[in-house]
Amino acid sequence: MTPETIDRIFIIWKHWLLSYAPAGVQPLFSALLSVVPVLAVFPLLFAITTVLERKGLGRIQNRYGPNRVGPYGFFQPIADGVKSLTKEDVVPRTADQAVHFLAPLLLVAAAFLAYAVLPVGRNMVVANLNAGVLFFFAVGSLVELAVFMAGWSSRNKYSLLGAMRAIAQMISYEVPLVLASVVVIMAAGSLSTVTIVNMQASYTGIWPHWFVFTPWGFVGFVLFMIAATAEANRSPFDLPEGESEIVAGYYIEYSGFKFALFFLGEYLGMFATSGMAITLFLGGWAAPFSFLTWVPSYFWFFAKLLVLIAGFIWVRGTLPRLRMDQLMNFAWKFMLPMTLLNIFVAGTWHFMAAGSVRWLVCAVLIFAPSVLLALGLEKGKKKIAARTYRFAE
Amino acid sequence: MSSLTSYLLLSSLLFSIGLAGALTRRSAILVLIGIELMLNAANLNFIAFWRYGPDPAALTGTMFAIFSISVAAAEAAVGLGIILAVYRHSKTTDLDQMNSMKG
Amino acid sequence: MTIPFLILAAPTIAGIAAAMYLRNLVHCILALTLGFAGLAALYLQLDAQFVGFTQILVYVGAVAILAVFAIMMTRSAGPMAQPVFSSSWIKGGCVAGAVFAVLAWAIYRSATSLKMLPPQPEVAVRQIGDALMHRFVLPLEIMGLLLTAALIGAVLIAMQEKPEMQ
Repeated sequence: MTPETIDRIFIIWKHWLLSYAPAGVQPLFSALLSVVPVLAVFPLLFAITTVLERKGLGRIQNRYGPNRVGPYGFFQPIADGVKSLTKEDVVPRTADQAVHFLAPLLLVAAAFLAYAVLPVGRNMVVANLNAGVLFFFAVGSLVELAVFMAGWSSRNKYSLLGAMRAIAQMISYEVPLVLASVVVIMAAGSLSTVTIVNMQASYTGIWPHWFVFTPWGFVGFVLFMIAATAEANRSPFDLPEGESEIVAGYYIEYSGFKFALFFLGEYLGMFATSGMAITLFLGGWAAPFSFLTWVPSYFWFFAKLLVLIAGFIWVRGTLPRLRMDQLMNFAWKFMLPMTLLNIFVAGTWHFMAAGSVRWLVCAVLIFAPSVLLALGLEKGKKKIAARTYRFAE
Repeated sequence: MSSLTSYLLLSSLLFSIGLAGALTRRSAILVLIGIELMLNAANLNFIAFWRYGPDPAALTGTMFAIFSISVAAAEAAVGLGIILAVYRHSKTTDLDQMNSMKG
Repeated sequence: MTIPFLILAAPTIAGIAAAMYLRNLVHCILALTLGFAGLAALYLQLDAQFVGFTQILVYVGAVAILAVFAIMMTRSAGPMAQPVFSSSWIKGGCVAGAVFAVLAWAIYRSATSLKMLPPQPEVAVRQIGDALMHRFVLPLEIMGLLLTAALIGAVLIAMQEKPEMQ
């Protein structure tokens, strides 16, 4: 088999399977064949990620992590799944039954819908929409509604507090998330994810044309990933479920399989935003060097996705949780001005002649204000003296 | 694809439901939502006329809908801000109880 | 009326009617989002992809959430003790019914010339952007001004007033 055949193998299989379907149901069958792999692969990735995350966090915190089920504890997700399936499903008596039931379903459905526009390989996308990026963000905003439904319908003060925190945080960080991706849309001149990846899949020498290798692209990527961490409610932005303050946040009253659905929805959301970051800034399925293009395109997508997930796990194990006012100040006083400035820099880049001057000007234009802004925001704060450990000696 | 008439009927029904809500509900928030619904009905009309009109490539209907959505968003933000301010003042969002100009 | 239209129109109408007549305000908002999503689907059916996604982003993602915040901050969630309709509900209902009757009558009388569906327009998002930057650039700028004014205005109105010093 040539590398090209391996690259196209899923498409070939799909056409082969499609040839067995009668002509009348072929569109339906084709849609089914596109959707089912997404419904299978990403939950599987979720299962792998849970065990990797627990093991990674364990290593960071100087312990083993799960190591009982299967070799090196890698069958832990199966045990977790059986446990959550067989647990009793407790619904509070005063809860709003219908809304309480619908919230996890809406969350997971919204998370899955986002994958419709992610190109996971060459010609491998469920729907190549003309306004694909817009679709992604539109679907992402459904998550906020699901979170509110969960928090409100439980009739629990902690869950309501968690839901309100989550919504405030998600709305605040959605603004920089969208604005950070605007630079890529400006550069690509398209909202279609497939076009955006195709534009990055060319090479100068051995180096790829990823948008992250430009000043505005790098800053955009960093801002996008920070906002994505906050959107996914992950540490250090995990106030909505801060277990030391409000127990488990908006899904405190969920148990059994519904709890597992929330967990699944949260991780699927994280994968989806990471996939979007890959599509927008890291060249999607494109190989990192021109001599590696023989490796199948879908391999690169998932390799990049795993690298970003490892980054999320690392950050979670390293950084402490923010306070609510710090979180909001960071979104509105730092992220928002920086994304707006980044759009201006991307425009400057577009209108300057290619060369090293353009590089220098744009880099200075974006990095100098970011340092100055960070220093300016630090200035008014009280200096905290180094902590003295009185009992540890 | 259905005919233009069905879209227009649907949008007039939406408009009437929104109007009825805005005129009959006691809660100020729902009155505002009713007004939003009326704007939405107008949007549906714009899009339907754009699609069935003689020159879809001119995009006039789409543009109108986009501008109308932005105006509606601004309106919702200001309206809900006013409701919050009124609530802080008179401790109610019931429109039947807000019957004096002097706080 | 075709079946896809009915499939989309029925939940839209149901959601919006429920939003206007349910007792619990939070249920109203949730039903409303169903109506908004149905409207977005109708836009998609009319080949207006950009407007459809914008509808979801703005209405479901922002307006509904804003309304939810307003409900929470004015403590009006939960079933209300008083009647949900205002004292003048008969008059209001009559006006709305009359408006619908007039509109429906006008539509049935006049919309005969536009029965034919023109071929599907090839509208890329790029064309919308071009139109916004050329033909509609003045409205776009006015819209930016309006949104800024609304942002500042809404913050100023809703801002907690500092207790005055005695």
